[in-house]
Amino acid sequence: MIEIKNLKKSFGDLLVWEDVSFTIQDGETTAVIGRSGCGKSVLLKHLNALLYPDEGNVLIDGEDVFDLSYTGLRKVRQRFGILFQGGALFDSISTFENVAFPLRYFTEQGEEEIAHNVYEALSMVNLEDVGEKSTSELSGGMRKRVGLARAIILQPDYLLYDEPTSGLDPKTSDEINELIVTMADNLDITSVVITHDMHSVLEVSDRVAFLDEQKLSWFGNTDDMKHSDNQNLLEFIKASEYKIT
Amino acid sequence: MNTNFPGAAGIRQFGHYAQLLYQALRSSTEISTYRKNLFQEFVKVGYESIPIIFLVGIFTGAVLTLQTAYQLDTDIYPSTIIGSIVAQSIVIELAAVISALVLAGKVGARISTELGTMRVSEQIDALESMGFNSVSFLVVPRILAGIFMFPILYITAAVFGIIGGVSAGALDGILPAAEFMEGARAFFFESDIIFGLIKSVVFGFVITSISCYKGYYAFGGAEGVGNATTQATVLSCIFVLLADFTLAAILL
Ligand SMILES: Nc1ncnc2c1ncn2[C@@H]1O[C@H](COP(=O)(O)OP(=O)(O)OP(=O)(O)O)[C@@H](O)[C@H]1O
Ligand SMILES: [Mg+2]
Repeated sequence: MIEIKNLKKSFGDLLVWEDVSFTIQDGETTAVIGRSGCGKSVLLKHLNALLYPDEGNVLIDGEDVFDLSYTGLRKVRQRFGILFQGGALFDSISTFENVAFPLRYFTEQGEEEIAHNVYEALSMVNLEDVGEKSTSELSGGMRKRVGLARAIILQPDYLLYDEPTSGLDPKTSDEINELIVTMADNLDITSVVITHDMHSVLEVSDRVAFLDEQKLSWFGNTDDMKHSDNQNLLEFIKASEYKIT
Repeated sequence: MNTNFPGAAGIRQFGHYAQLLYQALRSSTEISTYRKNLFQEFVKVGYESIPIIFLVGIFTGAVLTLQTAYQLDTDIYPSTIIGSIVAQSIVIELAAVISALVLAGKVGARISTELGTMRVSEQIDALESMGFNSVSFLVVPRILAGIFMFPILYITAAVFGIIGGVSAGALDGILPAAEFMEGARAFFFESDIIFGLIKSVVFGFVITSISCYKGYYAFGGAEGVGNATTQATVLSCIFVLLADFTLAAILL
């Protein structure tokens, strides 16, 4: 369980958001939505203390991540897999090595076992035969899927997706959405999905956090979203629906 | 707090830089994290710089010899003095400083572009999120490579500088190789070499640490990486010259 409590973050004079509180239940998929620049990625980076807030806490199973020593933090961070917005693949090594990277440094696995696990992770994201390619040869959708393979290789408890479908065609987006659902169901993973794609929200999420006007504007069940009385949220949904149809 | 007095930004940056160095120092004990990268950096900073350092050495020595011969009247002074002046200038100053200025472009720009790209494409966040200490993984091996490889490059530049000087002297008919070397030996002091080595270590540290700092904290996409690299190279050059002056004032 991840409890976000009264979080406030600013960069210099720029207030990103304040007073953000909500809870991510185990086994659920939570979507974080909001306009571009409203601080979704910044929020995601607080969950495993890649960024530190001005105020507030993030408790993971009761433990405050901002109070941890470096060793403690390392343990907590390894419970997370993150798919970054552009994939964040290491461009100095091959695709195979990207996925193998955490295994090489954080496990004692031999070459054969590593190859097996990498292959398994790549086939989960439907990319069996890209291993030897350099990362610069991959398309945007492939990069995201390789990033996802790398994120699940250490079998994390939490998977964080930063705009997994942005910049992809509708068909590939659907495939990624299916993957997110599969990951959550098959691997029993708790997921947080950042997106501004309402279609994706409805597909994958149980709960929705809507960031707007520098705060958490709405939080609730995905099914209740349409009946909310939050005007900005309704407009946000409408704008995206308009785009879909 | 009023933070807008002139120079405030510079002071803040220096504090930020010092913080990164402190982190690097603390995580320099995590050798297993950066061992692999360290070897790679030795190759990139050291080995791959040898061709350009060879050129720098040869041409510095050659030009200096021609110029010294032109400026001195060898009817008054013995011609061996050309060897003395050229060799000593190279060993004390030129082999270290000219190399450093060239390497600020080559090594510094490479480091800040690499780290900057990793920063803006979230590769550094990816490393951290896997549980890596990114400072230990990325910054420490680069600074160590600067500290250990620059002295070797300095020696290389000095050796080729003297070879360039001897050759230019002989080919241009200014003085025979033997006389050049006689002059060089007459004013050869070990302390000069030690001074040059100290300089090169400092320059290696200055260039790699500034470039790491600028790259590691780059922001704002491709343009941000470009800015970081420009600043890294310019600041490296400025601080190499300042360090050169300071060391000369202290040690000579
Ligand atoms: N390291 C940083 N330094 C300064 N400002 C930052 C930094 N990171 C983010 N910001 C600012 O914080 C705000 C929120 O950024 P964030 O990346 O979280 O937006 P986002 O909601 O993820 O947008 P998008 O949907 O476009 O990805 C932006 O105004 C951004 O410029
Ligand atoms: Mg974002």
